[in-house]
Amino acid sequence: MYDFSKMTGAIHEWLSSLMPSVLVTTVEWILIGVVFLALFAILGLVLVILERRIAGFFQFRLGPNRVGPQGMFQTVADTVKLLLKELVSTDKVDKFLYNVAPFFVIIAPLMIMAVIPYGLGLTAYDINIGLFFVMAISSIGVIGILLAGWSSNNKYSLIGAMRSGAVIISYELSMGLSSLLAIVLLAGSLNLNDIVMSQEAGWWLFRGHIPAVIAFIIYIITGTAETNRVPFDLTEAESELGAGFHAEYSGIKFAFFFLSEFVNMFIIAALAATIFLGGWLPIHIPGWEGFNNIMDYIPGPIWFFLKTGAIIFLLMWFRWTFPRLRIDQILTLEWKYLLPISLLNLVLMAFVVMMGWVF
Amino acid sequence: MGAQIMFYILAITIVVFSLLAVTSRKVMRATMYLLFTLIATGGIYFLIDYNFMGGVQLIVYAGGIVALIVFAVMLTEKIDSKIALPDKTRIILAGLLSVVGSFVTIYILLSHPFEETTKDIGQSVSVIGENLLNYGDGGYVLPFEVVSILLLASLIAAIVVAKRKFDN
Repeated sequence: MYDFSKMTGAIHEWLSSLMPSVLVTTVEWILIGVVFLALFAILGLVLVILERRIAGFFQFRLGPNRVGPQGMFQTVADTVKLLLKELVSTDKVDKFLYNVAPFFVIIAPLMIMAVIPYGLGLTAYDINIGLFFVMAISSIGVIGILLAGWSSNNKYSLIGAMRSGAVIISYELSMGLSSLLAIVLLAGSLNLNDIVMSQEAGWWLFRGHIPAVIAFIIYIITGTAETNRVPFDLTEAESELGAGFHAEYSGIKFAFFFLSEFVNMFIIAALAATIFLGGWLPIHIPGWEGFNNIMDYIPGPIWFFLKTGAIIFLLMWFRWTFPRLRIDQILTLEWKYLLPISLLNLVLMAFVVMMGWVF
Repeated sequence: MGAQIMFYILAITIVVFSLLAVTSRKVMRATMYLLFTLIATGGIYFLIDYNFMGGVQLIVYAGGIVALIVFAVMLTEKIDSKIALPDKTRIILAGLLSVVGSFVTIYILLSHPFEETTKDIGQSVSVIGENLLNYGDGGYVLPFEVVSILLLASLIAAIVVAKRKFDN
């Protein structure tokens, strides 16, 4: 396995030989910030084109195929269009809150991206409460959505924001307190790097027996709801609400909401890959020595993005498969089914861990 | 050095947004200023490396309580409504009280001999969990249980209040 802390350490030493330590810290902050912003933008571009192509695949059509080979540059063209568009703003909005809301929505996923382990030694902020930190930050993002809906002074925006707030706050419970905690019980740590390392003998999805599988299914359902994707997309619901909470935003501010939605989907998938599917660890099959040795030569980040990509494909598949749910159906699903099941599942998992039935 | 700069940035943020939160006449803006104050307080916990406390600050205050206030304000306030100013005697009395109160607090803070602690507070979450369930010396199981009963009581009360009342 490649240890990326050697590479980052070498960069740190090279910088230290050039300038005093205060400047080194500042330069490293800026470098990491630029790297993450670039990753953010690239993820947005790639995921949008992927979504449109996959939509085409599921509906027996081609999808975007004119700009560049196979329509590869379609989203680049779209981005340029969004950057050049006029920022239309209405007079009757609360100017300060209207302008601050997109930043809430975009800062939350950016901060979560910092704690995700992309490879051995490739974590920007290796924090001992990793998973808890993720849950704490993601609870701030919803405030941006509520603010955007209210400050637009538009009834459709307000309805969209109300629905979104109700869905996100409810589903956060099942996701954080129950399905993720079940794996924390197995791994014995909240640190995401420790959780990855604890899966060297096998993914938790398989080693944790039935409770881990239940936790994974609940996680995928709640993750889809957290990102406001179909079948939980009633917050936007183009056909009934216009665009929901971001109906009044245009140009780059709209792009912020749009981008953060796709990056949130990436985060949900990345967390699923990290916690259930072994993160950046290569696939190992017990007994196949030669196969395992070859797999070790593939670097960690490639494994990480492959596993994340598989989950993203699953989420996109949902989008073109399920019909939209009503708000009361969504809340019933969470409070009457998912939450009790996941709490019971947590107790079951504690029992499994206590008896040492993990292999 | 860097930590000091960060501390002053956070401290100034807290002071400025606390003042704005109580002086703003628009409720939603006041809520947002309160949110910035609470996030900056969480930042101070992260600065002293007490990450768990910082996470709790964010998830309970920023994510929970402020989201609740935002919900309430969203449903009751119009975008251009302002709170009426209170009468002058109230403003003067409240101002006097806050000046006296801040003098007392600052006097105590400056005169009290604070000792640097050498005790390890235990950063990891498992230490906190074990202390919460520890019924031996220095354990916190009694306050933990008292708080749980309080929470249970308030949950039941909330259900009773929110329950639909049927006629006849």
